[in-house]
Amino acid sequence: MARYSNKNRYLNRLRLGKAGLLGLLGMLSGAANAAWQLNLQEPVTATARRVYDLHTLLTVVIVVIFVGVFAVVTYSLIFHRKSRGHKPADFHDNTTVELAWTIVPALILIAIAFPATSALVNMRDTSQPDLTIKVTGYQWKWGYEYLTGDAAGVKYMSVLATPRDQIENKAPKGEHYLLEVDRPLVVPVGKKVRILTTATDVIHNWSVPAFAVKTDAVPGFLRDTWFRADKEGTYRGQCSELCGKDHGFMPVVVEVVSDEKYAAWVAEQKQQMASAADDPNKVWKLDELLARGEKVYAANCASCHQANGQGLPPVFPALDGSKIVKGPKEGHLDIVINGKPGTAMAAFGAQLSDTDIAAVVAYERNAWTNKLGEVIQPAEVKARRGK
Amino acid sequence: MQATHTAGHAGDHHHDDHAHYPSGWKRWVTTTNHKDIGSMYLWFSFVMFLVGGAMSLIIRAELFSPGLQYVSPEFYNQMLTLHALIMVFGAIMPAFVGFANWMIPMMIGASDMAFARMNNWSFWLLPPAAILLTVSIFVPGGAAGTGWTLYPPLSVQMGIGMDMTIFAVHILGMSSIMGSINIVTTILNLRTPGMTLMKMPLFCWTWLVTGFLLIASMPILAGAVTMLLTDRHFGTTFFNAAGGGDPVLFQHIFWFFGHPEVYIIALPAFGVVSHVIPAFSRKHLFGYTSMVYAIAAIGLISFFVWAHHMYVTGIPLTGQLYFMYATMLIAVPTGVKVFNWVTTMWRGSLTFETPMLFALGFLVLFTIGGLTGLVLAMTAVDIQLQDTYYVVAHFHYVMVAGALFSAYSGLYFWLPKWTGHMYNEGLGKLHFWLSIIFFNIAFFPQHFLGLAGMPRRIPDYSQQFADFNVVSSVGAFGFGLSQLLVLIVVFQAVKGGAKADSRPWDGAHGLEWTVPSPAPYHTFEDPPAFDAAEAHA
Repeated sequence: MARYSNKNRYLNRLRLGKAGLLGLLGMLSGAANAAWQLNLQEPVTATARRVYDLHTLLTVVIVVIFVGVFAVVTYSLIFHRKSRGHKPADFHDNTTVELAWTIVPALILIAIAFPATSALVNMRDTSQPDLTIKVTGYQWKWGYEYLTGDAAGVKYMSVLATPRDQIENKAPKGEHYLLEVDRPLVVPVGKKVRILTTATDVIHNWSVPAFAVKTDAVPGFLRDTWFRADKEGTYRGQCSELCGKDHGFMPVVVEVVSDEKYAAWVAEQKQQMASAADDPNKVWKLDELLARGEKVYAANCASCHQANGQGLPPVFPALDGSKIVKGPKEGHLDIVINGKPGTAMAAFGAQLSDTDIAAVVAYERNAWTNKLGEVIQPAEVKARRGK
Repeated sequence: MQATHTAGHAGDHHHDDHAHYPSGWKRWVTTTNHKDIGSMYLWFSFVMFLVGGAMSLIIRAELFSPGLQYVSPEFYNQMLTLHALIMVFGAIMPAFVGFANWMIPMMIGASDMAFARMNNWSFWLLPPAAILLTVSIFVPGGAAGTGWTLYPPLSVQMGIGMDMTIFAVHILGMSSIMGSINIVTTILNLRTPGMTLMKMPLFCWTWLVTGFLLIASMPILAGAVTMLLTDRHFGTTFFNAAGGGDPVLFQHIFWFFGHPEVYIIALPAFGVVSHVIPAFSRKHLFGYTSMVYAIAAIGLISFFVWAHHMYVTGIPLTGQLYFMYATMLIAVPTGVKVFNWVTTMWRGSLTFETPMLFALGFLVLFTIGGLTGLVLAMTAVDIQLQDTYYVVAHFHYVMVAGALFSAYSGLYFWLPKWTGHMYNEGLGKLHFWLSIIFFNIAFFPQHFLGLAGMPRRIPDYSQQFADFNVVSSVGAFGFGLSQLLVLIVVFQAVKGGAKADSRPWDGAHGLEWTVPSPAPYHTFEDPPAFDAAEAHA
């Protein structure tokens, strides 16, 4: 989406005069992808192209109506003013005119309804997909799980990759500021991809403008949508339903790749999954746990409880010196596994492995001033699940 | 209600010159006079307008450039929520109730509102609600950060600020329901003999329909937030799938209220403009009857289009199609209204005093907002634009340029009647030109931001949105500061200035212009004679 650079920006400024005129008429192609972009993003699916064309048609229609109506108004404003000595006529109520301005707009609307209907019917046809991916919204990241196809079983989280320093203006902002993730969704080009959306906490919305895809992720329910991208590339969108504090910081990134690259990616994922699977019976040492726990904490906990463990009270409590963290480990494990209903504290039991939970709980109990020196083993986590 | 005196003698009635009311603050707390209460509504709404406006400037300051500069994301969410709630419930709605209080009895020749004591109570409910809303910023956890739509489950996660918001909404709803019962009863029962419904001023018609919309929709909002309250505290699961509920149910209930609410705000605005445009065109309104039918049609259809706010929630295809067609239908009566105003000006004898300028500003900008509404009605296109800045631009064109400009039009139109002085025309015109220029600088670029894909309700954005956001923020600050001019204009007119005639605008018609300026404390203690030729028809 954003091929953004200073040079590019300068050129776009030069083009602005012409582009502004064309853009108002909805005629501008999706070329202006950087700053001062005036139109929808360049479509890369047939559906998005239909939406693009429908929007162009509508924009032309409303501009013509607007110009027509206000041409009449402008004429009145110039020629029917008292200062030119214009005497008021006294006419009112004319059935013919009134019928005409009721029926003509109705006919225009009926004419527009045809392309609008067919574009929509096509959009909602999720039948016969080549592969199906479940997308889960979390506060504030996306979870992807491949349900069918070669990659069936591949499952991972996709988190904002923009460093905190850039957001806080302590470092220069990168090219894809706020639109970059650690692990994008990878799909093959030219295949019909069906997306099932759901969420665990609040309503999110999975949206990729270049595909004309935008669907709510509703906790406890499944929704679906689809796309068939016909060009390889990286496409970026954002969560489009207010979901709390970091709503602006959970982008969607989709990488569309060739069949060969997709096959290679799938093989790599499967291999990683096999090797990364932790031995559930391994007995961990404290320093190993803490090293791993710090990473898990940074990815899952730090956005609310903060890297320094101070939280953002009273909504997001401090963990440093917390009663629960310094109390019995069972209580601590329970809240991490089951979450706290009615708050943003998610049930991480569903998101993290036993080893990750053991690591993060051990980390929290030993970080900052909480020097409890306790080791927690994955087996203990397994024992607490479901309690 | 007996017409023992003719209109010509009404001024001789000795009660008119003796207003019996306590002085000082007691006058305002105990008053049952529609003019006092109307003034209080208007002042209240202006104060809330400034509070809500300040919040929007915090938002625009944060959005001036990418990165987090001034506020945290949590506080940003609270600001956008309170900005909307305060502007909708605290500023725009009370402003038009203020106009209704001041003008409806004078327009229909009634001595006061039908339920004068209830009128006092409906006003005095507002300040506690406003206090609950604004003070919620300072409680632990802050104000609700859910957007004014209060969608669960996010609203279930909020702190005590959410409960304060819920109670504020309850109180505001009660106030609105009482106010609208009062207005409807006044219009239906207290018209002067001879003023049939189809001869009554159009502003009364818009309020009659608005009153019914309020009575029908406010209890629904109250129900929705009550269910939210019990979900939060009493273990119900209306909106929680784990207990058999559905988060989307809330959205259906909310928007069943929320869409009529749009017209609750827009219809009285249409009413004001339908008085101002004929007055400064020196012509009768072109199609009074078709205007009345259009108002009624808009009011009715507004109850059948709610899910066009929910195209991306996963409602079925047939639902999307139905709501798309129904929404398109609203364009027809709305078009009828615009064409009527245009034809009213045609071959008139136009002058451009401040009320007319604001009415014209309303006409241009409201039409833009209405036309982008047509674009958004198309489900397939809306899926690209839902929850982007295109929607933000659209509803600000309808709400600010529609309702606020119309309110200013009415303010300048009736200010001479209220204060007895002409306002400063130069300052009024300056206020108009600054407002319309800065408004467009602030909001027109947001169409482009939305098309390019910038989501709404985000405190920070990627860099390709930076340029238009700078423009928009500059416009917003210019617009905000220009609004202080109106305060100067009103204070000047209250304190002094050229004496206003009973009919300061030569093209204005109606009973309100037959009483002196300023309007005496009590008007039309006896029903005035009604000259049907003076009616708007």
